[in-house]
Amino acid sequence: MFRFILKRLGLAVLVAFTVSAISFALLFLAGDPATAIAGENAASEDIAIINAQYGFDRPLIVQYLDWLSKAVTGDLGQSWYFKLPVSQIIGDRLPTTMTLGLCAISFALILSIPMGVAAAARPNSIIDRFALFIAVVGQAIPSFWFGLLLVVFFSIQLGLVPASGSGTWRHFILPTVVLGYYATPAIMRLTRAGMIEVLSADYIRTARAKGLPTRKIMFKHALRNAIIPVVSLAAVQMGFMLGGSIVVESVFALHGAGFLAWESISRNDLPTMQALILIFSMFYITFTFLADVLNAWLDPRLRVG
Amino acid sequence: MKLPNLLAASAIALSAGAMSAQADKADDTLRLAFTKELETVDIYFNSAREGILLARAIWDGLLYRDPVTGEYKGNLATEWKWIDDVTLELKLREGVTFHNGEPFNADDVVYTVNYVANPDNGIVVQRNVSWMDRAEKVDDYTVRIILDAPFPPAEEFLAGPVVMYPNEYYAEVGPAGMALNPIGTGPYKVSSVDPGLHYELEAFDGYHGDPRNAASIGKIDIRTIPDFNTQIAEFFNGQLDFLWNVPADQAEKLDAMGKYQVENAEAIRIGFISMDASGRADADGPMTNPLVRKAVAHAIDRQAIVDALVKGSSEVVHSACAKIQFACEQDVAQYEYNPEKAKALLAEAGYPDGFEIDFHAYRNRPYAEAMMGFLDEVGIKTNLVYLKYSALRDARSKGEVPFTFQTWGSYSLADASAIVGEHFTGGMLDDAKDAEVTAWVNEADSTTDKDKRIGLYSKALKKIADEAYWLPLWSYNVNYVMSQEVSYAPTNDEIVRFFDFSWK
Repeated sequence: MFRFILKRLGLAVLVAFTVSAISFALLFLAGDPATAIAGENAASEDIAIINAQYGFDRPLIVQYLDWLSKAVTGDLGQSWYFKLPVSQIIGDRLPTTMTLGLCAISFALILSIPMGVAAAARPNSIIDRFALFIAVVGQAIPSFWFGLLLVVFFSIQLGLVPASGSGTWRHFILPTVVLGYYATPAIMRLTRAGMIEVLSADYIRTARAKGLPTRKIMFKHALRNAIIPVVSLAAVQMGFMLGGSIVVESVFALHGAGFLAWESISRNDLPTMQALILIFSMFYITFTFLADVLNAWLDPRLRVG
Repeated sequence: MKLPNLLAASAIALSAGAMSAQADKADDTLRLAFTKELETVDIYFNSAREGILLARAIWDGLLYRDPVTGEYKGNLATEWKWIDDVTLELKLREGVTFHNGEPFNADDVVYTVNYVANPDNGIVVQRNVSWMDRAEKVDDYTVRIILDAPFPPAEEFLAGPVVMYPNEYYAEVGPAGMALNPIGTGPYKVSSVDPGLHYELEAFDGYHGDPRNAASIGKIDIRTIPDFNTQIAEFFNGQLDFLWNVPADQAEKLDAMGKYQVENAEAIRIGFISMDASGRADADGPMTNPLVRKAVAHAIDRQAIVDALVKGSSEVVHSACAKIQFACEQDVAQYEYNPEKAKALLAEAGYPDGFEIDFHAYRNRPYAEAMMGFLDEVGIKTNLVYLKYSALRDARSKGEVPFTFQTWGSYSLADASAIVGEHFTGGMLDDAKDAEVTAWVNEADSTTDKDKRIGLYSKALKKIADEAYWLPLWSYNVNYVMSQEVSYAPTNDEIVRFFDFSWK
């Protein structure tokens, strides 16, 4: 098992650096970073000075290796935009994104798994239809629109929660609902499909024949098998929420790492961008790895491989 | 404006009936929002409008330009005179102190000027500072600023982007320290900075108060809220008292509600189409033919676009600069909307069936698409290439762009050199490469004789219009929305002056 983990981690590092090398090249294609730094009204002389000062006139590969050699020693460099250490900026923003991501995935799981189980228990019933409706709506509403609707109703009309900012736990309620709801349909549909499949298996019929209570059959015997793909999906969704909660962070002015990544692209802030890509890819890899371990725990057959 | 945004704005507008805005007059705090995360408060290391707003509150320039009359007045300097074409002597105001108690004197001016004029220090907007060579102290309250070469708009820069830093403090903390704890002599001092996210200002009791007013409102609280719809929501919630840069359609809706003050002011920024007259992108391209360029000018109904989309106090412009800029000649050739004439000109140029060309743009996509519709009607088929500003500027610098919709804000400088000097002096953004125009503009920008400058700019701008190197489009405008308790008169330079705000 230890060797297995080491191998996975080594692979993870390789993947992360491949991603960073590709993204480095892509970011330069998006426009001259000196122009982005100098701003819209800059004169040509400004851009020339910035080019020389930041070393953008050096070959791309030299710039990349320069960044890489520092990154491996833990020095992520200084943000070109904020003129502050990248580690400090990301350190400031990451807790917001982590809080939001964890709250949102918890919300999504709490909402979608019971709904998926209930829908599978009585396929095509009114409960199933209702769950389907919730899923379709969740898939169809763009999150910025849903976010604004919640702001209009709960913040402006009722005055229950703040509309934007991240000062208190109350600030996280609406963003959690919006981001979590977005992940709900996929998890719910997968739970439902898995449950329906498992419930028609022979061992469930045997369990029923033995006279086990329905609740025990559903949650102890059926769900444990049905939930395996859901764990993998939740891991991917969690990775997505950390890196991709751009819209939600923007609507609620949360200033997390997702929004920072998006803004850094438009500002051509390479050091910040590179560090974030590295961190996000590590997150993805970690969550996928944790999901594998969890699945192996849930399903002994997977431990053999 | 995209449809979803429009829907969102309408929904918020409808629901707002339930709440009334509650300004923060009670706690004497004006709350507003920035859309963009400002990189640093140090004005010499950012190029953003948000940075200019903060800088005007925190620091003072040596001079001040009255935004209403356009007249230059003394600020940290009380008198100034040109010793020769490249030496400006200034008498400094006595008794001024910085927010940290450091007294202001000639050492601060010498230090600031010498610091920013040194290219090694990497000031982001070089244009603002590179015209100064150095400063010398004459006595404690007299300094001389020495230029590399005659620079006519010097006063405009000393009244705008060139602000004075405390020498001892800046030498100690540098740009990083100034970003986190800015110290100036301005009407507001900074009480807290959360970089890019939140700024709190407080009225400075020791402000000298001439010619700018001392602050009337006690505190200014600025948060960064990237989504404009969220800003409107917070405005309805009474969490913001002032919105700026409000899109035209949303400003109209807010105005229609009758509960808020909606003000509109013209901006220095103008829009224009630049055409590849010199054939950099295509030596035999259609844009090298003046008849084609004039056809483009007659094909687009600029007034219709202003009325339907740009709105506010915007006007069609004919000259390649903003009306309020010094030496911006208005008596130039004008091209009225006349599609038949456009077709005739195209036929005369050898394109009776029109032609196809790439049309590059980076902002205001609806405006670009409207212009494409007009061009299509006279037979010019355009393919929209919509890029990020930096990517488009890069392509333009390499001379790869034959036909492009651009805008220019002139860094809020009220002098024609801020726009013509950058685009018609043979540089990388110069699509015309007209040696005669370049010579006139260069000569105008190396003399301090105001009448001579006006004459030379007049010749240059007339030729730019005659040759239709550009099709100047319209001036931009800015909408400001305020709660009923706020009193503020916006100016036509896109600068929000916090010290001019008061409670009703």
